[in-house]
Amino acid sequence: MEALWLSMKLASCVAAILLVIGMPVAYWLAYSNWRGKFLLESLVALPLVLPPTVLGFYALVAMGPRGPLGRLWIALFGHGLAFTFSGLILVSVLYSFPFAAQPMIASFEGVDRKLLDASAVLGAGGLRTFCRVILPLSLPGVVTAAVLSFAHTLGEFGVVLMVGGNLAGVTRTVSIDIYDRVQSLEYGEANRMALVLLAISFSVLCVVYAVNRRVWTPWAAK
Amino acid sequence: MGGEVNAKMLTARIRKERRSTGATSFVLDVSIEVSPGITILFGASGAGKSTLLDCVAGLARPDEGRIAAGGDVLFDSERGINIPAPKRRTAYVFQTLALFPHLSAEENVSYGLMDLREEERRKRVEAILKAFRVEKLRKQRPGEISGGEKQRIALARSLVTEPRVLLLDEPLTGLDAELKAAIVDDLRAWNTAKGIPILYVTHTREEVDALGERVIALDNGRVVSAGAPMDVLDAPRRKKLAQAAGFENLLSATVLDLREADGVMRVRLGESACEIEVPLGYAAAGNRVQVAVRAGDILLATERPHGLSARNVMEGRIASLEQRGAMAIARVDCGVAFVVHVTPGAVRALELTAGRRVWLVLKTHSCHLVE
Repeated sequence: MEALWLSMKLASCVAAILLVIGMPVAYWLAYSNWRGKFLLESLVALPLVLPPTVLGFYALVAMGPRGPLGRLWIALFGHGLAFTFSGLILVSVLYSFPFAAQPMIASFEGVDRKLLDASAVLGAGGLRTFCRVILPLSLPGVVTAAVLSFAHTLGEFGVVLMVGGNLAGVTRTVSIDIYDRVQSLEYGEANRMALVLLAISFSVLCVVYAVNRRVWTPWAAK
Repeated sequence: MGGEVNAKMLTARIRKERRSTGATSFVLDVSIEVSPGITILFGASGAGKSTLLDCVAGLARPDEGRIAAGGDVLFDSERGINIPAPKRRTAYVFQTLALFPHLSAEENVSYGLMDLREEERRKRVEAILKAFRVEKLRKQRPGEISGGEKQRIALARSLVTEPRVLLLDEPLTGLDAELKAAIVDDLRAWNTAKGIPILYVTHTREEVDALGERVIALDNGRVVSAGAPMDVLDAPRRKKLAQAAGFENLLSATVLDLREADGVMRVRLGESACEIEVPLGYAAAGNRVQVAVRAGDILLATERPHGLSARNVMEGRIASLEQRGAMAIARVDCGVAFVVHVTPGAVRALELTAGRRVWLVLKTHSCHLVE
């Protein structure tokens, strides 16, 4: 149960951070006319195709006591990043980034440009247009982004193992716990955990699809 | 338009090239003056009307030029002035209206007043909802409102901000004439107090007739004429404009001879044997010209007419007859095909059917030469 609680904490932190960082990135990717945009788009999508071990490996190297990130962290907080909860959050943010960014990009792009023009002509600047028009109309996309990055973080394994190791209460997440128990032949325990994870994943995806199918919406359909 | 300086006037000199990957690149190159009141911006689709409005509103940036309204310069390429759209105080009603679907009618209307104090904002919203007769709909979302009411709310939303210019991009398309007239009346009433320039884009002739005080005709990115609707539209000088202006018949013809004394010339239509008399134009015998005739200006008879002042009588046969609303459209083959509008009553009285022999009567001055 400690592992489950840890996973939930990690997934919530990551989902919250990703909403904050992902939103401006998604906004920029949706509306910028810069020709080199594809570079950032590819970078954002990279974790989708990269083996978790590759990402984990580079993250571990960067976070190590001789890596740039690790040294910075030691200078700031007096201890390293690798094998800590903070390190786990950082690498999970990277790893789940596309799951937060893609739904937001898609829904921002889906907002009728004429509404943005109308907002501008009515005197609203970029930020106000975003808060009053784009965001409310993209709510399903934002919910999807939060839910998917939560679910994806909850289920990650390889990256966590590489960067976090397996420290009970610090970095031992559910998926690693399940692996551990199978290794030590505690099938009953493993099954219990696996079922919980299965149930969470399924309900989370139900939320995503219901929101996008407009089973319920906060505004009347167009 | 005189040289008088009116502080409320909108003046725009705009040059903007639309670069496309294809071979056809479009250039908008216009200079217009719009005084307070409704001015129609007329032209076929693709003539550059919306681009012109976008430039005035600040949604598109001209390559060069100068735009001024209400005594302020909004854009000046030479001086490097380009006031961003939110600060221009130009109201713009789009063809799609672009009402915010997640906001109620009232919230839509107060959208542009967010910097005002609550009390002042409520007062203004109240007044404009009343002026456009939509105060009962304040809590409804655009999805729950009918077309005409949506158009009223879109107008109210734009005008409540007290703009210095109002740009309307075919905002009333799809409404029946009566509803359209009612909305325009309310718009006019509102503007008697404010007196701002209103630039009203349309490509339909009816709207020009219904609204027009002044018309600016645009074709392929240029102003082709400006003035009173009659002057601008009844002497079409360009083919596209002629079609857009409701000249259903556009026929190519060969000049046979000129009769300067009578102010007319004879032309042969197409390759047919049909010869008609048209007003004298800048042409010589043997030249090819285009003749435009409105379908409603042609008379149709079931016997050869006698004792008429009209000079052009052509024999033909009805090729097809089609009922469209309160109007019947006959296609008549006289060697060249003519489109003729008749009333359903005339169809019954004359027992018109496809295949019937008929005579078309055309006044000389109903035939317009197109440059």
